[in-house]
Amino acid sequence: MKSFTYERARSPAEAAATAARTEGARFIAGGTNLLDLMKLEIETPAHLIDVNGLSLDKIESTPEGGLRIGALVRNTDLAADPRVRRDYGVLSRALVAGASGQLRNKATTAGNLLQRTRCPYFYDTNQPCNKRRPGSGCAAVGGFSRQHAVVGASEACIATHPSDMAVAMRVLDATVETVRPDGPARTIPIADFHHLPGNTPDVETALSPGELITAVTLPKPVGGTHIYRKVRDRASYAFALVSVAAIVQRDGTGRVALGGVAHKPWRIESAETQLPRGAKAVTAQLLSGAKPTRENAFKLPLVERTLGAALAEAKG
Amino acid sequence: MQGPSDFELSRRKLLLGTAASVAFGAAPGIADAQTPAGPAQAATAPAISMSKVSFNVNGRVRELALDTRTTLLDALREHLHLTGSKKGCDHGQCGACTVIVGGRRINSCLTLAVMHEGDEIRTIEGLGTPENLHPMQAAFVKHDGYQCGYCTPGQICSAVAVLDEVEAGIPSHVSADLNAPPQLTNAELRERMSGNICRCGAYSNIAEAISEVAGRPA
Repeated sequence: MKSFTYERARSPAEAAATAARTEGARFIAGGTNLLDLMKLEIETPAHLIDVNGLSLDKIESTPEGGLRIGALVRNTDLAADPRVRRDYGVLSRALVAGASGQLRNKATTAGNLLQRTRCPYFYDTNQPCNKRRPGSGCAAVGGFSRQHAVVGASEACIATHPSDMAVAMRVLDATVETVRPDGPARTIPIADFHHLPGNTPDVETALSPGELITAVTLPKPVGGTHIYRKVRDRASYAFALVSVAAIVQRDGTGRVALGGVAHKPWRIESAETQLPRGAKAVTAQLLSGAKPTRENAFKLPLVERTLGAALAEAKG
Repeated sequence: MQGPSDFELSRRKLLLGTAASVAFGAAPGIADAQTPAGPAQAATAPAISMSKVSFNVNGRVRELALDTRTTLLDALREHLHLTGSKKGCDHGQCGACTVIVGGRRINSCLTLAVMHEGDEIRTIEGLGTPENLHPMQAAFVKHDGYQCGYCTPGQICSAVAVLDEVEAGIPSHVSADLNAPPQLTNAELRERMSGNICRCGAYSNIAEAISEVAGRPA
């Protein structure tokens, strides 16, 4: 691990200002992903700003009838919150489908959104990776690509976003609240928060330098049956090959987002009009234009079957 | 018991020996990482950043001045000589380093020691003693919940915290009803313990040990 200086932040605004003016500064909260990457020297911050002391660990009701989740609310606490379990079940389900108990006790709401990909070529510093070293190429293209993206990828990067929580946030239309070092606070719709790789796979989110997430807000509950169905190589503590977050209403309408298939949580609102017609019709639109590799082509039928299973579960 | 200074000496000798043997065939960077910085390296090595931290470990306040890079696991093992917590993968994948901080189990390898100012930390050494075992330790012994024993301190710390998590009503991936109190079934227990790997495969005995402490048949 490279040496770094360390400070504890005193306020969100001050943390953002410090991050913007300090070369190589990074925020650290749960640290479960950042420290992993620092040990491998994939992340090499020169300065860490510990934001754990900021009072961003509350879950509050909003005037609109939703919930405002502080950036530092731990994954365990978010999954266990009675309001989340009752009104946003897909979020609780997605959270407990991810990582291990130990990691969920540490990992934060904001940090979960900012997780880096688990692409093995991103992790292997001997391999080219446009995300890790822009312009060096992509070893996953033509490489071992079973886990990789089937939609929204580019020639520069076929990595997937690893988060389960973010898929549920996408289906719930969450918004991300931030403070910026030199501007007013802003809110970013979750749909715009994560970027597709394009030619700049190293630019993963809409955040500008020094910008700090302070909360994630959920709109008022939409009712329906909430399902998060995750398919992986072992029954627990593994990343998704494919996951489906679904909210299905009694009349068969609803919402769907996918994990494990793209560089960001994958949702196409127009495809949801097909929900009453079943999984095949929805999947055809959700994955139209998909360009799987030979090794991950199985994800296309797997999405359809996983969605089919989710819809069957919703019917009860 | 071996004194801290003896321990440090023997360990340093061991590391120096390892570094010297590695240095012949490997990149200099590898040797640098294990050799105390000598005059030759001081010119190129970046300055080491130090930071002070104070936390409570097993009921005792400990104050340390540490290289900021020191993980909580390394602080416990290398600085406080509490070697019960084990380093397995050092990347949060195996759970051998599990300790209980503020009542919650975490991977001590994936957190910096300096991030734990004022925290209450409980390690396997703080759960029980050979003469007065914690019920979970006694159950692991009774049910043979290990073979080589390397993962055991992490398994036991994790298991103790799992029972608290169930008591607190925290749901898991296999909880059938999110809005009902979770039951400590065998499936629940296995799911909740999935962050602790046992390469010897003592899982069924581990499950029996935890079930006994929880007061339920496995």
